[in-house]
Amino acid sequence: MNAAWDWTLGVVEWGVANWSHPGEPDRGILPRLLEHMRLAYAPILLGLLVALPLGLACARWKRLYPPVLTGVNVLYAVPSIALFFLMLPYTGFSDWTAVVPLTVYTLVILLPNVVDGLRQVPEHVRQAAVAMGFGPLRRLVFVETPVAVPVIIAGLRVASVATISMVSVASLIGLGGLGRLILSEGFRRQFDAPIVVGIVLTVLLALVTDAVLVLAQRLLTPWARRDGGGGGGRGIRANRRRRRTAAAAPAEGAAVAADLTTTAGKR
Amino acid sequence: MEILCAIDTGVLCGVEQWFTDPAQWTGPSGIPVRLAEHVYYSVLALLVATAIAVPLGLLTGHTGVGGFLTTSLANFARALPTIGVLFLIVLLAGIGLVPVLCALVALAVPPILVNTHEGVRGVESRLKDAALGMGMRGREVLFKLELPVAAPLVLIGMRTAAVQVVATATIAAYVGVGGLGRYIVDGQARQDLSMMLGGSILVVSLAVVTTLLFAGLRRVLVAPGLRAEAASAR
Repeated sequence: MNAAWDWTLGVVEWGVANWSHPGEPDRGILPRLLEHMRLAYAPILLGLLVALPLGLACARWKRLYPPVLTGVNVLYAVPSIALFFLMLPYTGFSDWTAVVPLTVYTLVILLPNVVDGLRQVPEHVRQAAVAMGFGPLRRLVFVETPVAVPVIIAGLRVASVATISMVSVASLIGLGGLGRLILSEGFRRQFDAPIVVGIVLTVLLALVTDAVLVLAQRLLTPWARRDGGGGGGRGIRANRRRRRTAAAAPAEGAAVAADLTTTAGKR
Repeated sequence: MEILCAIDTGVLCGVEQWFTDPAQWTGPSGIPVRLAEHVYYSVLALLVATAIAVPLGLLTGHTGVGGFLTTSLANFARALPTIGVLFLIVLLAGIGLVPVLCALVALAVPPILVNTHEGVRGVESRLKDAALGMGMRGREVLFKLELPVAAPLVLIGMRTAAVQVVATATIAAYVGVGGLGRYIVDGQARQDLSMMLGGSILVVSLAVVTTLLFAGLRRVLVAPGLRAEAASAR
């Protein structure tokens, strides 16, 4: 027990001592953490920027979806780690080498969620919008997309956790934020403190990002709160129960549940 | 035979030469041996992860006990950086198959666990009422109704896990236990781009084969009625 305590204390001490080196801006933990955030958030944002218009288009022109979905599913089978290495001859050792594969991966998770979210907009909501004189495009942007927000955010949550954890692997090609801390400070020097600090900070970053997304969902869907009385989830959860028949029901609670929606029933 | 070299004399030609070199296909560091190692680690990790995650997911999904805790823990585990886990266990326990398996199992358990749990929990209550009305007991409901209905989702979870494991088994080479990652590591050390790309292409191909395999498994394991329903729901 005492040994475990001493060990933990040692790890914390190392972390505090090496948090940043004011004289050398590229050394220490903080620069690696910032690099990790840059390499993780860029693909998440890029993925969303591509998935939203593409998903809207797929929902609008239904014939577009099957070929796009097939393409996305093929990409899904390509592991991102191998993609890092396949990218090397084209992008060299730049951020893009990590950002492009991770964006592809985010897109694979997000696109089906955007389309499924739009498809699950209740028919009466759609009819109400039509009755109010909304044309197809305006209805899509101002009514259906906001209603689909919980499903889209559920996808974003899965994608962000996966991306943040995967950025570490990019350290194998010399990028990768906290992964570099783990690899060069920890593994190459046979020293466990940097590895533990790297793992803990990666997990913390994922949890904080997840919490921010949950908060964003609450702010973006005020009606869900009023509906359920406490906690943005209950109204959605009730809807979800109703829709269970459709094999895959998304949104809400554990972000991981969205994994089901991404590819459920499509193969 | 040099098709790519006829159109492109750069990177692609180098990769083709790497693949067509007969030395690549024999000996202890030949493609067949490396491929076999890679498949062995991946299958082993997936089997262990399935043995842990499916029973646990069935239990929590069926009883509803500990469901929140399980899915939260799985979500937490998903954020674990795999190379961190691998290198930490290597430092603590030494080089070998065990650290690689631990890291890969940690990677594979969350998607299988969550999909099994959600799949079982998502079985319509009307179906469960019907099963109870027909005189089925708890265990019969689980194995005769809930498991078959959840099967497509369980398989999707396993497919996600398998593709990730195949991709990540590459890191086994960083702790000296072979697999297709060897080509990537050695290629990187020797600045041999063809070798690195060759290794990556092999990993990608294996991942694609894995996906196809699970599409096949779905045809075999999922009841025809359920397949039809899933198709019409889209």
